[in-house]
Amino acid sequence: MNYIRTLGAVSLVYLRRMGVMGLFLLKTFFYVFVPPLKFTRVLKQIRFIGLQSTSVILLTGGFAGMVLGFQGFYSLSRFGSDAFLGPMVGLSLIKELGPVLSALMVTGRAGSAITAEIGIMRISEQVDALELMGLNPYRYLIVPNLIAVVISMPLLTAMFDVIGILGGYLIGVKLLGVSAGTYFGEMASYVDMKDIMEGIYKSLSFGVIIIWVCCYKGFYTGIFTGFGAEGVSKATTQAVVMSSVLILLWDYVMTSLLF
Amino acid sequence: MITIDGLYKLFDGKDVLRGVSLGVKKGEVIALIGGSGSGKSVLLKHVVGLMKPDRGRVIVDGMDMSTLRGRDLTSLRDRLGFLFQGGALFDSMTVFENVAFPLKEKTKLNDELIRERVFNELENVGLSGSEYKYPSQISGGMVKRAALARALVMDPEIMLFDEPTTGLDPVIGAAILNLIDSCHKRLSFTGIIVTHEVPKVFDIVDRVAMLHEGIIWVDDTPEKLMSSSEPIVRAFVGESANSSIRHQSGNTVVPQRSQGEINEKI
Ligand SMILES: Nc1ncnc2c1ncn2[C@@H]1O[C@H](COP(=O)(O)OP(=O)(O)OP(=O)(O)O)[C@@H](O)[C@H]1O
Ligand SMILES: [Mg+2]
Repeated sequence: MNYIRTLGAVSLVYLRRMGVMGLFLLKTFFYVFVPPLKFTRVLKQIRFIGLQSTSVILLTGGFAGMVLGFQGFYSLSRFGSDAFLGPMVGLSLIKELGPVLSALMVTGRAGSAITAEIGIMRISEQVDALELMGLNPYRYLIVPNLIAVVISMPLLTAMFDVIGILGGYLIGVKLLGVSAGTYFGEMASYVDMKDIMEGIYKSLSFGVIIIWVCCYKGFYTGIFTGFGAEGVSKATTQAVVMSSVLILLWDYVMTSLLF
Repeated sequence: MITIDGLYKLFDGKDVLRGVSLGVKKGEVIALIGGSGSGKSVLLKHVVGLMKPDRGRVIVDGMDMSTLRGRDLTSLRDRLGFLFQGGALFDSMTVFENVAFPLKEKTKLNDELIRERVFNELENVGLSGSEYKYPSQISGGMVKRAALARALVMDPEIMLFDEPTTGLDPVIGAAILNLIDSCHKRLSFTGIIVTHEVPKVFDIVDRVAMLHEGIIWVDDTPEKLMSSSEPIVRAFVGESANSSIRHQSGNTVVPQRSQGEINEKI
């Protein structure tokens, strides 16, 4: 009997938190469309989430493409179809690896920092101070991040794709001897606009997931996740794990819907 | 202006506030004293609506804080100043930007006027010369004073101070109490000062309320409190019996100096 009661209590707590989390996203979307917009903060966050992530995106994108070049070539040449290396590299990057890997990189680099920053503002009562000035914390702390990620994420993903395709070219064409014309020619004929749009939709939704989870975890530090420095570190870890898991889950859902 | 009625608040099974009732009339300033952990900060947070009561009500200027929302809440908060116990300065902004922030966001003043106001306010709290430092680069007492400047810069009608002088040396502490008093004379705000600065603060307040065991144990004028025979009250104002004589003879414990003099001292 007690066992069932505990189970009920625990599920109620989680259900309530899910409700709070959903409400958090709704409120954020609401304040995106209700002016005034804090434009300089949006620019600052684009710089932080977008611009400052480019180096890590270029690096990982390049290596992902090079690995694809190797693996793709060896798999395809077993069936004597190494001419299709271009489409293989292009499609995997554009439809899957580009959006997913760049989202995971942005989670680790920018998402964690956003959680920590908002979490520290929460526990040192800076969020309360903002509220007491009659200023809306969503407008100042959350909305700029959401807008910045919606602008940055597709661009970062596109960069990841391009540098990945060049990485595949480097390995497939320069090192393993596929002809450049075949690599790009076959790619161009097999990759549709639909595939590219799929990648863009994915990267947009992953961006929203990152900001949603990371801002939520920061915003409720000390309320749902412990106090003090330990609370912030817990919130940050949880944010990174949760958004990574949600990105992969949502990727599955989107792929099966868009397939 | 502020009416607290039967306020009850439970934290993790511990009842911190157990039916607090307290009224502050318009233009009145009261001191709120009480032991560490007695719930003074919690009480102030209920007054501004940062915490919601489990039972009881908080009425500020005729509005119930637990049901007030949206635009009404914002417009009430625009008239309200709050000094956090820990300062709560925005740590990504300099002292100047912190004090300028509410002016920039809430008023249409131009940059020149804002600059003037902020420098003036910072001079009042003795922070000239530290305008462009970040909160992590200044001392705890300086953070307190910067936060005080930020709370006062909007000329609030209701001012709540959570330990404005804790962590300050006696000279600056006295100067800050003096500053609060002169601000009160200028703006005639309604105020609650949470403090351990007994009996110094008695000179600038109309009444003293003491929070003990979750209720307002005593609520009286400073003079009456000084001559109280209740043991717990005596323990608080205890050895200051002789200063009550000073008080009655009209001498102020907080020395009245001109602002320039204070700044020199600081
Ligand atoms: N957010 C919270 N969650 C749980 N308990 C809390 C919370 N805030 C305060 N408390 C508890 O309420 C009690 C009163 O705290 P409060 O900060 O109001 O004390 P105080 O009177 O301001 O003390 P001090 O003079 O040291 O500042 C403490 O026992 C504290 O543990
Ligand atoms: Mg306190």
